[in-house]
Amino acid sequence: MMDIMDMTAVELGKKIKARELSAVEAVEAALARIEEKEREIHSFLSIDGEGALKRAGEVQKRIEDGTLTEPLAGVPAGIKDNICTRGMKTTCASKILEHYIPSYTAEAVQKLEKSGAVVIGKTNMDEFAMGSTTETSYFGVTRNPWNLDHVPGGSSGGSCAAVAAGECSFALGSDTGGSIRQPSSYCGVTGIKPTYGTVSRYGLIAYGSSLDQIGPVAKDVTDCAAILDAIAGYDRKDSTSVARGSYDFTGALIDDVKDMKIGIPRDYFGSGLGPEVKDAIMRAVKVLEEKGAYVEEFDLGLVDYAIPAYYVIASAEASSNLSRFDGVKYGYRAEDYDGLHGMYKKTRTEGFGAEVKRRIMLGSFVLSSGYYDAYYLKALKVKALIKQAFDRAFERYDLILGPVAPATAPKLSSSLDNPMNMYLGDIYTISVNLAGLPGMSVPAGYDSRGLPIGMQLIGGCYKEKDILRAAYAFECATDKMYVKTAPPDRGTADEGEEGR
Amino acid sequence: MADRISDETIEYIGILSKLELDGSEKEAAKADMEKMIAYIDRLNELDTEGIEPMPHVFPIYNAFRSDEVENGDESVRTLANAPVQKEGSFVVPKTIG
Repeated sequence: MMDIMDMTAVELGKKIKARELSAVEAVEAALARIEEKEREIHSFLSIDGEGALKRAGEVQKRIEDGTLTEPLAGVPAGIKDNICTRGMKTTCASKILEHYIPSYTAEAVQKLEKSGAVVIGKTNMDEFAMGSTTETSYFGVTRNPWNLDHVPGGSSGGSCAAVAAGECSFALGSDTGGSIRQPSSYCGVTGIKPTYGTVSRYGLIAYGSSLDQIGPVAKDVTDCAAILDAIAGYDRKDSTSVARGSYDFTGALIDDVKDMKIGIPRDYFGSGLGPEVKDAIMRAVKVLEEKGAYVEEFDLGLVDYAIPAYYVIASAEASSNLSRFDGVKYGYRAEDYDGLHGMYKKTRTEGFGAEVKRRIMLGSFVLSSGYYDAYYLKALKVKALIKQAFDRAFERYDLILGPVAPATAPKLSSSLDNPMNMYLGDIYTISVNLAGLPGMSVPAGYDSRGLPIGMQLIGGCYKEKDILRAAYAFECATDKMYVKTAPPDRGTADEGEEGR
Repeated sequence: MADRISDETIEYIGILSKLELDGSEKEAAKADMEKMIAYIDRLNELDTEGIEPMPHVFPIYNAFRSDEVENGDESVRTLANAPVQKEGSFVVPKTIG
């Protein structure tokens, strides 16, 4: 039999259901892979092996007595460390929350556990999800399983690296400006950011509340659909949750894109796009075209304005959301201080990292009187224009297809010195959050160094099913050749190494 | 545009953000903010006359529910996270002189 941790989540779930394997064996396999890989990759911030084995035993009993029949029952999962888990540390990869143990579990995780998935640990991320490389984590970097000299992307870098390395069968991430899709692309895994309001944000520690969504990180499209089936749903504990008509995402896995209309935004293929990424995406377009999709280039517009609008809006919301970290109710408190305000200031100054402080300050500035209209309101108007541009596109197309990121994973410590450059890496993902739309990263090739390349599928509002269908058809047409765990022994490879 | 972020502004941002910056950090933050703001200023190339600001992509309504405890008494677990606690309360520095 193939290694348990190289199976997809749904394949593993089937074997567990068929009693070829037990949930406990699955968790043991994940823990063994973690033991083997974690020292070099560092995907996890905390691992609860003992608890996971106990939960797997309970799940196994319920599978055997027939009360648990869901496809993910018994399958080991990782959870990004900004999603609350009762009794299990949840740090946001920040010093300020280093010892925080939530008294409640996020709705999305509760739903996962209800469907029998077994949480084995919490995954690394950029501090408070602010970053694109997982290098702003207070607890150290995560390395890309495909090449340890490179970043996994971010901010859900730990979740994506863990799935790519087979340390868990799937994971949850969160996406505010591309934080599921970009690291999925860099790590060669499949990740989807659902339409805003689809997955409850209850228990997700807020960064940019109007943009944040939790979503699946998985090996393939089928897994993504199964995970979405489990976690999506209306939740009255999240005031922005939307009650949708249908949640059967697995039902959308149909190998047929005949007559589907796919728009290719010319503005995503300009001079900023790396040639190897461009070639891979154009090959993917060809694959769908040959399967009968109708493909057309068009001008989306406003692409260059998405990043500045995003940084105003996300930073503004972050400055407000992160004001709760004051050294009183939870988290770190500075040792010596002068009075209440001194305590607040010193605690926050010592507790937050540089990138978080940068965004809190920018957010405070754009919301301050005298600048509010010029920056914050202006950005909200640009957001409205961006939404209109997408609305116009989706009058003509079922899907938009483009790259996830301009390049493959950069080398470690090559990004943080120039944050503006790092921000530009999110140019193709960020507008999707501003417009609240669903977007998916699907593995579609490798560069000459063997690093994965992802294509992005963007759907209209609530149109995850169109995305899943096209992604599934692409997987079928390419015989899943880009769906695989990272090869072992990816030591510190030389830059010039020839990949495949 | 170059001097948008004056010493006074960065001081004020520090107060709003509840962050403490020493001399060199202030200079670095100023330079950093200048760069970000210069980049953000490109939004002014767009004519947004008559466009309604869009705080949310969907219409959002206040979601009310009755104020009932549904998850039991979590005071012990909640207080366990406090940096300093005493007799079932959060301890804060003296706030009234």
